[in-house]
Amino acid sequence: MTTATKEPKKVTAKDFQVSSPVDWCPGCGDFGILSALQQSLARLGRQPHEVAVVAGIGCSGKTHYYLNAYGVHTLHGRMLPYATGIKLANPEMTVVGVGGDGDGMGIGAAHFVNSGRRNVDMTYILFNNAVYGLTKGQAAPTLPLGLQTKSLPKPNVQGQINSLMLAMASGFTWIGRAYSYNVKHLVELMVKAIEHEGLSYLDVLQPCPTYNNLYTKDWFAGKDLAGGMPRIYNLQDEGYDPVISEGMDDTEVFEKINAFTQKAHEWGEEIPAGVFLDNRAITTFGERISEQVPTYLTQPPCRRRIADDRGHATADLSSIFEELRIT
Amino acid sequence: MGLGRRLNNVDDTQHQLAWRVGGPQGSGVDSAAGIFSRACALGGLNVLGRREYYSNIMGRHSYYDVRVSDAEITCHRDRVDLLTTFEAESLARHFISVVEGGAIVFSEKDEDTPLDKITYLDPRAARDLTAMLEDSDLPASTAGTLEYARGHGVNTFRIDFDAVVETLAERLGAPQAIAARTLNTLAVAVSCALVGYEVEYVHEALAKTWPGRQKIIDMNVSAVSLAYEIVRDSLDTSGFDIELHATRSRESRIFLNGSQAVALGKMAGGLAFQSYYPISPATDESVFLEAHQNFTTKDGGSGAVVVVQTEDEISAFGMAAAASLTGARSSTATSGPGLALMVEGMGWAGINEAPIVVTLYQRGGPSTGLPTRSEQGDLNLALYGGSGDFPRIVLASSDLTESFYDAAQAFNYAERYQTPVVHLIDKALSSQTQTVPPFDMDPVRIERGSIADPERDNPDGGDFPRFRVTESGVSPRSLLGTAGLTHWTTGGEHTEVGRVTEDPVVREQQMEKRMRKLDLAASEIPLAEKLQVYGNPEAAFTLLSWGSNKGGILEAMDMLKVDGVEARLLQVRLMSPFPREELSELIESAAPLVAVESSFSAQLAQALRQHTGRACEHLVLKYNGRPMSARELYGAFKEILGGAAERRVVLRNPYE
Ligand SMILES: Cc1ncc(C[n+]2csc(CCOP(=O)(O)OP(=O)(O)O)c2C)c(N)n1
Ligand code: SF4
Ligand SMILES: [Mg+2]
Repeated sequence: MTTATKEPKKVTAKDFQVSSPVDWCPGCGDFGILSALQQSLARLGRQPHEVAVVAGIGCSGKTHYYLNAYGVHTLHGRMLPYATGIKLANPEMTVVGVGGDGDGMGIGAAHFVNSGRRNVDMTYILFNNAVYGLTKGQAAPTLPLGLQTKSLPKPNVQGQINSLMLAMASGFTWIGRAYSYNVKHLVELMVKAIEHEGLSYLDVLQPCPTYNNLYTKDWFAGKDLAGGMPRIYNLQDEGYDPVISEGMDDTEVFEKINAFTQKAHEWGEEIPAGVFLDNRAITTFGERISEQVPTYLTQPPCRRRIADDRGHATADLSSIFEELRIT
Repeated sequence: MGLGRRLNNVDDTQHQLAWRVGGPQGSGVDSAAGIFSRACALGGLNVLGRREYYSNIMGRHSYYDVRVSDAEITCHRDRVDLLTTFEAESLARHFISVVEGGAIVFSEKDEDTPLDKITYLDPRAARDLTAMLEDSDLPASTAGTLEYARGHGVNTFRIDFDAVVETLAERLGAPQAIAARTLNTLAVAVSCALVGYEVEYVHEALAKTWPGRQKIIDMNVSAVSLAYEIVRDSLDTSGFDIELHATRSRESRIFLNGSQAVALGKMAGGLAFQSYYPISPATDESVFLEAHQNFTTKDGGSGAVVVVQTEDEISAFGMAAAASLTGARSSTATSGPGLALMVEGMGWAGINEAPIVVTLYQRGGPSTGLPTRSEQGDLNLALYGGSGDFPRIVLASSDLTESFYDAAQAFNYAERYQTPVVHLIDKALSSQTQTVPPFDMDPVRIERGSIADPERDNPDGGDFPRFRVTESGVSPRSLLGTAGLTHWTTGGEHTEVGRVTEDPVVREQQMEKRMRKLDLAASEIPLAEKLQVYGNPEAAFTLLSWGSNKGGILEAMDMLKVDGVEARLLQVRLMSPFPREELSELIESAAPLVAVESSFSAQLAQALRQHTGRACEHLVLKYNGRPMSARELYGAFKEILGGAAERRVVLRNPYE
């Protein structure tokens, strides 16, 4: 049903913008992510109706409201199953998931892990602010053990999930990290993530000035460090090669995994951003379905003709009745 | 199903039999029942099978009741004519359930096993049986049970199955372990030989069981011949005169169970996307769908169902709900614990007007409850699960044929009223195997409801008012991906275009718009889809029920008729919107009004009272996880008619 009625004009970021007010706190890192997403979709030449932005619940989960496309606001933690359902039923759509770290790593962790196993061709942008923004600053699963943000009555007594490692272990085939105040780099990474054929995970370090007084803009800028150098650096600038290609032997793959693991654990004075993994050797879920359902891409579930013009069912079950026939 | 000639317990023909086979799970009870059922069906008889099993893969007791007749069968029989056993536990559990004049076939090795040596016999059962046998001065062993049965007019036939296997091995020139694989066939053949059933149908059943595998068929044919010889030459059957014969009227029949009927109905109804998380007794449907996911269509093309096994029921629901937004007919199948996890999603589908179908295979609850047994305890969950108010359609099927058509119709309801639909099945129905005429595809209609067209419904472009407030409550829906119809979808209260709002007026408008769809459904859905009246429509003695209980009730009503008692059954098929007016009218003349439900709390009777104010005078209930039999129901109805019954009449059978 994606037949455009008029000749599609060239899209710009403006086509993805809406006029309604944005209700994030001033200075929130979410603004950078929204702007980058609008720019990325335009750069990719997508028409708004070809895109579904699927969101979890949280401050981050409002992103799709501020964006012109099919916006689907789901349940807390359940973004991935809903995004999966849309993509599998209408494989022609570009599906981008957005959600918070509480949403994805806490209540939704089971979906995060199992989505990795499926490798559906879509993109997940996780807003990593280390707190539960919308419920007023409780510790998110990404907050390290022992830290105490100003919103917490006591230091965090639970350990931290390394989201990049979890994405790798779960089978995400594209993994990257970006910083929400570096919109240029963010756009570059988003475009790559969306273009990747398979499930992409983009972890965005997103300052929450209201509740997280530890991971602030100044902190990321390294203002507290002796040299005053920014903490974040670009992996690709130092020649890190994330690509696992088809036919690579085990030794090469292990080397990639080792390099990934090292970089995924780097934190503190130096924080890597960029493409951590680009695994091109794994089939997508769509390809796997196509193997079992030859008509999957030509007649995707959303477009199957299930009734004739008189409203009669088109399914012909006689061969199954034959299989069940006893007399 | 009309009130044609149906079988009942007082019938006495040579074309009916109730047969039970018991044995450890994984030992071939199911395949024995399959062969027996096919042999009978091939002889032109109607077959109805009931399967009872534990939540266990190997070793625990399972049994299968197969009832056959040349008349229509609607229900199993809990007193059987012939019991076939492979091991001591089956003897201990079922000897009591054989009718006078019936027979028990048992293995020589099980002739004298103490009850306390039977590993899986529940301590409660062992205790009660021991006390019962001791009362009759009999030992607490299978020997005692056999003696007890003989004392009650039951024939017992001992067969040395080990020796039979040895003989078969010699005849085939095969190792004994190979010959032993025919044990199920041997047991079936002994039963068939005992009742004098025509052997050719048993042979044919073997060919149907292992299509194309001639070696296996030949070996089993030899086993059948041997069994018939043994019964002819070495058993004294003089006291046993039950016979069963083929009718040779071979009308076209398919043989399937309830979950397969639902799966076929979904395919007929245009299902394109099914997601599920494994749970008994719902899993079989999804597995069947996946096995048959590609099929041809009448226009010479092909159709397919994408089936996805998810990480949990929350995901299963979410995937299907989201898929439904694209225009794909989408559903999931689960049982109570799964629906308990889905209720947050149900609300989401309700507020987003997403046409998703959930097939709910009820099992014994609460919590894990009785995972492999039947109950009707999830009606309330289906009706009320979720936060806040949203419209939902809830319907319940009562037999295989209805399951097929309802499964297809559920999608029409979902799309016409753009709201979640729960289709209730129960375990007894889903595992019931039956011969039925092939389903006629002709009555299956596809009604897609109101789908938006960009030119017609959004000519000026801009955000599409997907949730436009309309008189009927139904708004044209945009399918995700359509140009010119972009909008937002959200679990939050929203404006017409789907933007979150907390505006009090918009809230009221949207809430009222959604809930109006229930009134629309109530006014449009025809009476026959809401409820069915069986029996004498003028009768005062009125039964109110739903789901698979129907089969037993219809037979019990036939039994009452023999006694000169007229009765009618109000079979409720649609629980939401509740057929309040229709039922109010019908129950006015009910005296007494008796609810028949497989639960502790009689949830349909509760709903009736909530909607009409009328409380049922009696509740006939069963909640031991096993389906109601006609015999039990008849007993309960007689008690009520005799004026001696309490308000609650609980059906209890410790031997099933
Ligand atoms: C089932 C459920 N439980 C709890 C909530 C309350 N809730 C709303 S947002 C949120 C946390 C959001 O944190 P995060 O996902 O990190 O997003 P952020 O606001 O930080 O972007 C919670 C717990 C909910 N909406 N649903
Ligand atoms: S609470 Fe934090 S994450 Fe939420 S809008 Fe405010 S700054 Fe942004
Ligand atoms: Mg957060």
